[in-house]
Amino acid sequence: MVNSGTEHTVKAFDTDINELRGMVAEIGGRSEQAIAKAMRALEKHDLKLAAQVVEEDKLIDELEKRIDDLTFQTIALRAPMADDLRELIATFKISGVVERIGDYAKNIAKRVPVIASTHKLGPASLLPSMSNVASELVRDSLEAFARRDADLALEVSERDQVVDDFYTSIFRSVITYMIENPKDIGEAAHLLFIAKNLERIGDHATNVAEMVYFAAKGEPMPERDRGENPTDLLEE
Amino acid sequence: MTELIDSNSSIESPNMTASTAPAISAGDGPLKMTTRNVDVFYGDKQAIKDVSIDVTMDNVTAFIGPSGCGKSTFLRCMNRMNDTIPIARVTGEITLEGEDIYAPDMDVVQLRARVGMVFQKPNPFPKSIYDNIAYGPRIHGLANSKDELDNIVETSLQRAGLWGEVQDRLQDSGTALSGGQQQRLCIARAIAVDPEVILMDEPCSALDPIATAKIEELIHELRGKYAIVIVTHNMQQAARVSQRTAFFHLGTLVEYGVTSEIFTNPTEERTRDYITGRYG
Amino acid sequence: MNSSATMTGKRAPTDWHSDDMQRRIRKRYASERRFKALGLAAIILSASFLAFLLVVMVGNGLRGFTQTELPVEIDFPAMTGGASANQFTGPNGAANLQSLGVRDIVNASIEIQYGEEGKELFSGGGWQSVSSQILENPDIVETKTTVYLPAESEIDVAYKGDGSADAEKMVSTLDDKLTTGFNWNFLSNSDATDPMQVGIWGALKGSLITMFITLAIAFPVGVFSALYLEEYAPKNRFTDLIEVSINNLAAVPSIIFGLLGLAVFLNIFGLPRSAALVGGLTLALMTMPVIVISGRNAVKAVPPSIREAALGIGASQMQVVFHHVLPLALPGILTGTIIGMARALGETAPLLMIGMRAFIATPPSGIVEPATVLPVQIFLWSDEVNRGFVEKTSAAIIVLLVFLLTMNALAIYLRNRFETRW
Repeated sequence: MVNSGTEHTVKAFDTDINELRGMVAEIGGRSEQAIAKAMRALEKHDLKLAAQVVEEDKLIDELEKRIDDLTFQTIALRAPMADDLRELIATFKISGVVERIGDYAKNIAKRVPVIASTHKLGPASLLPSMSNVASELVRDSLEAFARRDADLALEVSERDQVVDDFYTSIFRSVITYMIENPKDIGEAAHLLFIAKNLERIGDHATNVAEMVYFAAKGEPMPERDRGENPTDLLEE
Repeated sequence: MTELIDSNSSIESPNMTASTAPAISAGDGPLKMTTRNVDVFYGDKQAIKDVSIDVTMDNVTAFIGPSGCGKSTFLRCMNRMNDTIPIARVTGEITLEGEDIYAPDMDVVQLRARVGMVFQKPNPFPKSIYDNIAYGPRIHGLANSKDELDNIVETSLQRAGLWGEVQDRLQDSGTALSGGQQQRLCIARAIAVDPEVILMDEPCSALDPIATAKIEELIHELRGKYAIVIVTHNMQQAARVSQRTAFFHLGTLVEYGVTSEIFTNPTEERTRDYITGRYG
Repeated sequence: MNSSATMTGKRAPTDWHSDDMQRRIRKRYASERRFKALGLAAIILSASFLAFLLVVMVGNGLRGFTQTELPVEIDFPAMTGGASANQFTGPNGAANLQSLGVRDIVNASIEIQYGEEGKELFSGGGWQSVSSQILENPDIVETKTTVYLPAESEIDVAYKGDGSADAEKMVSTLDDKLTTGFNWNFLSNSDATDPMQVGIWGALKGSLITMFITLAIAFPVGVFSALYLEEYAPKNRFTDLIEVSINNLAAVPSIIFGLLGLAVFLNIFGLPRSAALVGGLTLALMTMPVIVISGRNAVKAVPPSIREAALGIGASQMQVVFHHVLPLALPGILTGTIIGMARALGETAPLLMIGMRAFIATPPSGIVEPATVLPVQIFLWSDEVNRGFVEKTSAAIIVLLVFLLTMNALAIYLRNRFETRW
């Protein structure tokens, strides 16, 4: 059900909603960029770029706060109903989730100085690909929000499976590496954390997709099958 | 009741559209009044088209819709107040406890005692507070002694939440009360004749927010004792006060369903447009 | 003027302080002052008409309440031959008084004091006041007392300054003996040929009875008609016709009702001529449309919210009408009734037509006995040749006005009692 067509009789309501949508698009864009920059900094061991990511996270936090304020105000003053209400609640939750995505990107950037420049990514060579997929998930989930596209949201939630699979694979190879190269455990541990962050980013993108689905349909997204549970691997 | 409407379950939502009889799912309580295929004509002009709706004992039902959509007209059919308008004509079936209220052998006077009405502008009689409440029981012969009558007056005023404010000035004129008190007096007056259904036609539109809140609270308390139908043009009030909501538009019933569903996820586009403020 | 329709259609800002505006303000104030002045002038004019009427009437009529009296010394023991007081007390007193022959005693005493022609100085029926004095206070028959008897009409008129030359001469000779006393008899006597003996009681009683009959017929019929027309009658052409007829009836000249009364009540029904019943019926016909019209308006003015409230708790149509509509409409209905009754009280023409113009010497004791009413009495007295009737006519007018005021005051009191504030 698309929210287009007639406008509200009180035009200021539309103005507020459009402003909010704009801000959500902005915070999504910034988080995406943060992920991309952090990964590039990791690959190139670019310490300046990494520091930039950490610094720019402040903007993301500020933006989230502004979105919260405007959402509160709109709910209080406009008494929204039905799909307007669902959209505002979704906006509120999504901004928090996207802010956390930004935090994960910052976390990745923080680990860049710790990982030695001489080493390639080694066992975690799949990390760039994983981050691409995760990035795409974030982009697509916000695209679904902008278009109120429940089908795209559903698709995003299913594609998260790919990120999870990446994580499982990287996890395995890093653990193996750790066993074989005990002196590099420190760095390897950081690589694990980075992989985990990306996996969490994928999950958060799924959260956004679930919010989008609810806002558009008025019902929660149906449960999906989860893939292999990484914790099962330890028993091997 | 564990079978309450559960939005996560697969029971179909009772949101119904026009011209199908609304399904009453489990947990709705006993049926009090039913209407089937009701049309209302004022001369040649048709004001109500084919409305079918049920009113149950345990749920407060709200009628919402834009001005002129016919919600007040339909409400007035339910206690035959449209009889006072010579050019009004009502077809279809309306029953109270299974009896057709338009049958020739139905006594309109008794019907109006069983189906009470509260109006938009408070209209107490120009008599004392006591006499306002006592009038109904007197003319219907509901009290056999002065003590019984006193009892009825006191109970009605208590149920209407007015007893504490007027108990020591029952002989004062009913019109000397404030607007909110007058409306509660009118509600007490309707309660005094022991009705089964109470119809309220925009009862709060002439009142300030505090008086409105008191009346809404009163409706909460009366729920279950009487089947209540409230017409309101204030959507937030309908959302606060009712458990079932019916949306009228241009004389037809567009959508009828559980209030929380109607206001968070309505089925019909017209309903959505109206409640989100996109109408007109 | 700020008229500036530019090409874009924008208005120039209005200059509220311009000269034009100031002129408009002054003109407006001036017209308001003029209007207030006109209103005040109208009120003053009507008030002065009223004052003029009252002053002239009261001025003329007050003298009708007084009578010129001459003293007569009556030596009862000598005249009656020793009658005792207790003869005239108790139930036999009146009978004994008859046989006493008070009239001759009085005439004899007059002769003694004023000579052979003395009787002519006095009003013929004056001796009756002596009789009533004896009944009131029987002791005087054992004493010598001086009674004041009313003088003859010409002397009375002359003493009040309006008489013929001979009478004036008589007055100057009797000057030191003449006094003025209050004419109580005016209020208790009925019509008579001697202006000194006339009273308005007969006509007043006739008016009261006629008014009572008029009210008893017109009020219920009028009120019920109004209620039916407003509450029950279907709105169709037939009821429109009835409404138009009633409105026209209220404007019909009253003498036509007299003709109607003559034709129907006297000729067809054969009711006794000049009876209060017939007068009441005729006036009721005349008053009823006024009550119906004001009743309908009063009922129309009852707010529909009260009716809806009553219907809403299950009152039947009749209960709505009698418990709610009628009490609220009553002040308006009573106002219409007051207006109607006041008009009926002053009507002369229709009553003349049905014959209530006879000479009624005794007040009527029932509704089928011949009677007359105050306005007719005034009309008849104004026709009399005898000068003495002039002031009596004005005095009767004063009585009529007082009666009218009392009736209105009573009705207004009743209306205020019923007026519920809502």
